[in-house]
Amino acid sequence: MIAYVLRRLAGMVPTLFIISLLIFFIIELPPGDYLTNQISQLQAQGEAASVAKLEFLRREFALDRPFLERYGVWVGIWPGQHGFDGILQGNWGWSFEFQKPVGDVVSGSLLLTVILNFATILFVYIVSFPIGIYSATRQYSWGDYGFTFLGYLGLAVPNFLLGLILLFLMNEWFGVSVGGLMAPRFMDEPMSFDKLMSILSHLVVPTIVIGTAGTAAMIRRLRANLLDELNRQYVTTARAKGLKERNLVLKYPLRVALNPFIADIGNLIPSLVSGSVIVSVVLNLPTVGPILLGALQSQDQYLAGFILLFVAVLTLIGMLISDLLLAALDPRIRLGQEAPA
Amino acid sequence: MKETTRLDPERRAGEASVDLPGAADHYVDDRPFDPGEAERLSPEQERYFQASQWRIIWWRFRRHKLAVWSAVVLFLFYLCVPFADPIAPYDPNGRNAEFLYAPPQPVKLFHEGRFVGPFVYPMVSEIDLDTLQWVYKTDVSEPQRLRFFCLGDSYRFWGMIEGRFHLVCPPEGGTFFLLGTDRLGRDVLSGLVHGARISLTVGLVGVAISIGLGMLFGGIAGFFGGIVDSVIMRLIEILRSLPELPLWMALSAALPVTWSPLWIYLGITIILGLLDWPGLARAVRSKLLALREEDYARAAMLMGAPPQRIIRRHLLPGFSSHIIASATLSIPTMILGETALSFLNLGLQRPAISWGVLLNEAQNITVVTIYPWLMAPVIPIIIVVLAFNFLGDGLRDAADPYKN
Repeated sequence: MIAYVLRRLAGMVPTLFIISLLIFFIIELPPGDYLTNQISQLQAQGEAASVAKLEFLRREFALDRPFLERYGVWVGIWPGQHGFDGILQGNWGWSFEFQKPVGDVVSGSLLLTVILNFATILFVYIVSFPIGIYSATRQYSWGDYGFTFLGYLGLAVPNFLLGLILLFLMNEWFGVSVGGLMAPRFMDEPMSFDKLMSILSHLVVPTIVIGTAGTAAMIRRLRANLLDELNRQYVTTARAKGLKERNLVLKYPLRVALNPFIADIGNLIPSLVSGSVIVSVVLNLPTVGPILLGALQSQDQYLAGFILLFVAVLTLIGMLISDLLLAALDPRIRLGQEAPA
Repeated sequence: MKETTRLDPERRAGEASVDLPGAADHYVDDRPFDPGEAERLSPEQERYFQASQWRIIWWRFRRHKLAVWSAVVLFLFYLCVPFADPIAPYDPNGRNAEFLYAPPQPVKLFHEGRFVGPFVYPMVSEIDLDTLQWVYKTDVSEPQRLRFFCLGDSYRFWGMIEGRFHLVCPPEGGTFFLLGTDRLGRDVLSGLVHGARISLTVGLVGVAISIGLGMLFGGIAGFFGGIVDSVIMRLIEILRSLPELPLWMALSAALPVTWSPLWIYLGITIILGLLDWPGLARAVRSKLLALREEDYARAAMLMGAPPQRIIRRHLLPGFSSHIIASATLSIPTMILGETALSFLNLGLQRPAISWGVLLNEAQNITVVTIYPWLMAPVIPIIIVVLAFNFLGDGLRDAADPYKN
């Protein structure tokens, strides 16, 4: 198992390299950069002193260097003005918009982003697992039809619109605002039990909104997998030998159907993280989502780049965890063989 | 046993002296030979066995009622793409300064218990000086009948022909805002009809790009195999592990603001297609790898057919139906992608109209609670996405018509 974990971790290094290069390329795509735009603006106004300061910043961030060198300085594998000082060394860059280090801008929202995504994945697991088993073992029952219908609806309603609709309905029916991280009256108060509860209750809606589509997909998958297994002869044999239905399902077919289920959750993580970004914008949650949107609109490239990288790394870690779970369940995987699809 | 003895020439030669009793002379039936003699096919079976692959796929697809109805619904929606101008009652960008945030005007048939035909009651707007909001009162005393097949706002049909013909027009001197108006007094319904043009085509163009890239990379990986295959598969794995939407956001933020709406539209479809191909490429590759091992492919190879012919003639028909099915299933993702981008102000902007651009007005929750009709675009989006999902499901089942 340890060998597998190490192998898996080593495999992430080239992936991260390619992803960071890709992200750096994307954030550099807009013509010009934040500073050149500012400089040309200030020059037009004839403010020489500020121009000098910006020129200094330009050199500081190696913006006048070629692409690969800029990338190297950003990541910290190439010496910049102050030697190796990039993301790898813990210097996440400078936000031109906020005039602060990127670390200071995002620090408050990173934890919440991680919590929200973790809660969503947990939600998908916890909800889809029992419903999937229920739908498969009671195929064509009213409950099965109901969940299938809900599932289709969950797949069709895009999560940011679902967020918007929920915001509207909650306001209309209960007069409560579900947006934001907490009720407005706690905003300036110190941490207390009530405030914590308010934060938790405000996290419930986004978790459901982000997780709905994923949950619907997972229910369908688990149902299909389990139905395939339930028709096998070993199930009939076990039943003929008098095993209780409940023990039978949990002990044999479920275990076989579980592997693709867990592998699928791994594949689902990118879309969950995507969803958390846009739902945060709609529900006004202080995760990295709204900051990313602002950074992209104002071409604050290092801020945007860091957030993109953070979101990508978060996804990779999620997939890693799901892979490790799978390996713990299925010895074939840690021995380097392909799992059956 | 007797039969084989008789037919075997060597043994016959050895036993020439022995004349078997009752052996008949060589007998040939002069009736024409019918290979299906042993097993008679019913006319239906015959029709089935002789039908082409696409015909069988069609039969199979027809059995999936939900998918067929989805196709019909989608077709109706797609009628808005060429004929948006006459279908919409108003010019979608035309402003009505006297009707800002006007609520929906319901269409009625009966006035004071008397049948009048489709009509609306006129609205009177006045400003509430306390809340500084426009207040609309309906005047139920006189019904205004809607006009059908009539002349209304002028437009340039397909950008060329000047026209004023509309399916339905507001009554003379009145208004007809079936779904209300937005902050500049633009008709929401007309916006929806015109928005369908971009929202419904963005997925098609995006999928075309995605199919092209997917076939190219999947084909290369599947056909050459070896190191090329593993490099492409590794790349695909990496791309698939990235959260799509943030990257879409970053890419569309990079589109120059100076571009015209048409170029932005093309740019966005390319962005949507660029991140979507890995899934298709994987499907193409695995299908190619499986089909390459089929007997008929091997036979063609042994007969000396060049690779292009094998791919085009023998492999492509085998997986094109699968490609169409998975492409259909990825159209809704693209429609939603464009909606999300425009909703966030990173995609298209007025005067270009898509459902996402319309929803942009509904971004602010206070606006939504006071003027809920601005959320109207949600409904066509959900219908179209659901319909594409059902259609894709039906196509996927039909893609393998020989199963079961």
